[in-house]
Amino acid sequence: MQREGSPWQGLGTVVLKELADHLGSARMRMLEWLMLLTAAAPLYMAITSLRDTTAEDPFLLLKLFTVDRAPLPSFVGILGFLIPLMAIGLGFDAINGEHNRRTLSRILAQPIYRDALLAGKFIASLATLAISLVCLWLLVVGLGVLFLGVPPSWEEIARSLIFLVISIAYAGVWLAVAMLLSVIFRSPATAALLSLGVWLFMTLLWPMISPVLAQMISPPDIRYVMLGLPSPDTLQWQVGLSRLSPNELYGESVLAVLSPSTRALGPIFLEQLQGAVIGSALPLKESLMIAWPQVVGLVAGAILLFVVTYVVFQRQEVRA
Amino acid sequence: MSEPVITARRLTKRYGTSIVVDGIDFDILRGETFGLLGPNGAGKTTTILMMLGLTDVSDGEVRVLGRDPVREPLAVKRRVGYLPDAVGFYDGMTADENLSYTARLMGFSREVRRARIADALARVRLADVADKRVATFSRGMRQRLGLAELVMKGAEIAILDEPTSGLDPQSTHEFLDMIGGLKRDGVTVLITSHLLDQVQRLCDRVALFQRGRILMMGTVPELAREVLGAGFVVDVEAAAAPGKDLVPRLAAIPGVKTVERAGDNQYRMTADHDVRPDAARAVVAADGALTRLSVADPSLDSIYTRFFERSEKKELRDAA
Repeated sequence: MQREGSPWQGLGTVVLKELADHLGSARMRMLEWLMLLTAAAPLYMAITSLRDTTAEDPFLLLKLFTVDRAPLPSFVGILGFLIPLMAIGLGFDAINGEHNRRTLSRILAQPIYRDALLAGKFIASLATLAISLVCLWLLVVGLGVLFLGVPPSWEEIARSLIFLVISIAYAGVWLAVAMLLSVIFRSPATAALLSLGVWLFMTLLWPMISPVLAQMISPPDIRYVMLGLPSPDTLQWQVGLSRLSPNELYGESVLAVLSPSTRALGPIFLEQLQGAVIGSALPLKESLMIAWPQVVGLVAGAILLFVVTYVVFQRQEVRA
Repeated sequence: MSEPVITARRLTKRYGTSIVVDGIDFDILRGETFGLLGPNGAGKTTTILMMLGLTDVSDGEVRVLGRDPVREPLAVKRRVGYLPDAVGFYDGMTADENLSYTARLMGFSREVRRARIADALARVRLADVADKRVATFSRGMRQRLGLAELVMKGAEIAILDEPTSGLDPQSTHEFLDMIGGLKRDGVTVLITSHLLDQVQRLCDRVALFQRGRILMMGTVPELAREVLGAGFVVDVEAAAAPGKDLVPRLAAIPGVKTVERAGDNQYRMTADHDVRPDAARAVVAADGALTRLSVADPSLDSIYTRFFERSEKKELRDAA
């Protein structure tokens, strides 16, 4: 059965309203400060450590993102934690909040489809996250230029912009998770707790569980064990399983893009490295090729989760 | 007779195996005020949601303004206003901003928006708090703001779901006056309520709803004749001459069903037509002193109570 009218009618209105809500909300203010302060610490550490050690590095700016000095993780590592937190913070009460404020049936009684409401909320939240990330990016690049005193090359800018895009895709995955749970559960508290639970599981527990699972699925070959080496099959499984976590995908793709000397993600055989000049930088295109599957995985994950959210929302009853 | 704006034919809604709305038929004519009455869970809200295309129709069909709300929900929702039970607004926004959001969703231009919102807020006497945040509004004010939304939309059909539940008597009275204003403007009003005496005052026709079925439909006097058995209740206040009893004389009037003594010198008669002239003659003929003679309007409250009492008794009988 065909329905009449465009599903996008009212989308712009919803996006603008939600964006204004987000940007003006106290929650957003808090998240901004959290992000700024937690990102400032590793950045400061990176700058001091770079000033001490730099000799000749063509990718000084990129080092800002990736260098870590104990006890703090690198800037990228911190972002890997903060982005999901922000995305969940913006998405966990997207739909059930409307239910609880009893605005949902009133808004849906206006001439728009549910599509516009859901997509509008997703786009607005993603735009909010993108705005924060762009600000953060500008801040890092600006501080880098100020304190290191080296103008960034075009390739560095390009690589860090790609990093920005990957970060936004990563934010999209967690936003979709939070929104899905906000559609399924009527209570925002339940949705928030569960989103955080999923996030903790994926970030902390999954990297520990996936090797065990891999060994159960494909027990290690005794010949490799004798030599003290991991079995190739088990290793493949382990890497494959660990990549189910968006955190892993984000980490790998960012590594490939921000560390130009990265030649492969995951295990490779020694003969595959024949002729490689270890430590030398790959061209941007090659780095991008390495990161491509991971980036596609992130984007696909976000789209898939959004589609599930969409289907569940379409089938849901409006009445409170 | 004006044309029907809402027609339902064998309209049915099932959730799994439970039937919420069970093959109902009705027509609502342009400009009339129609009341849907029934206990909670009778299927009133579900019927409304089906009219707006907010929930799927399991069987049968409904047409609103000649259109199918399942296929063309946008066209229907553009012309129909819906005030949900306990309507909610965005608390952080002002009354004006809330209406402005709806107006944008309607696709009104800036000038139209401004004029219509100002007009609508004035109509519901909220013009002086237009720039106050809705969080500060009382229940009655929120409800009025909901009505302002319908006025602003320029709805041809206003669907009001339990609009006066939870309002204090003063706000209820004001609110009903405003609904009366809609009616005078030629808006077709569909109203569900438990406050029967108010519905009685407003509605041209009512439908009694139970367990997803319309058990009875018609004007209040029609229903009274059907349920209470007689259309007219005549109160007689008269002092009888000594030694003469008025009861048998009143009971002897053709058309009178029962005569009860309602107090000192007070009698209550039920009859199938207006028997006041006959009653007056009977009292005078018996040398009684007639002090008051009046027809009590059949109250919807008594119809409702009697009706559901009767159907419960019938069920008990059926079950036995």
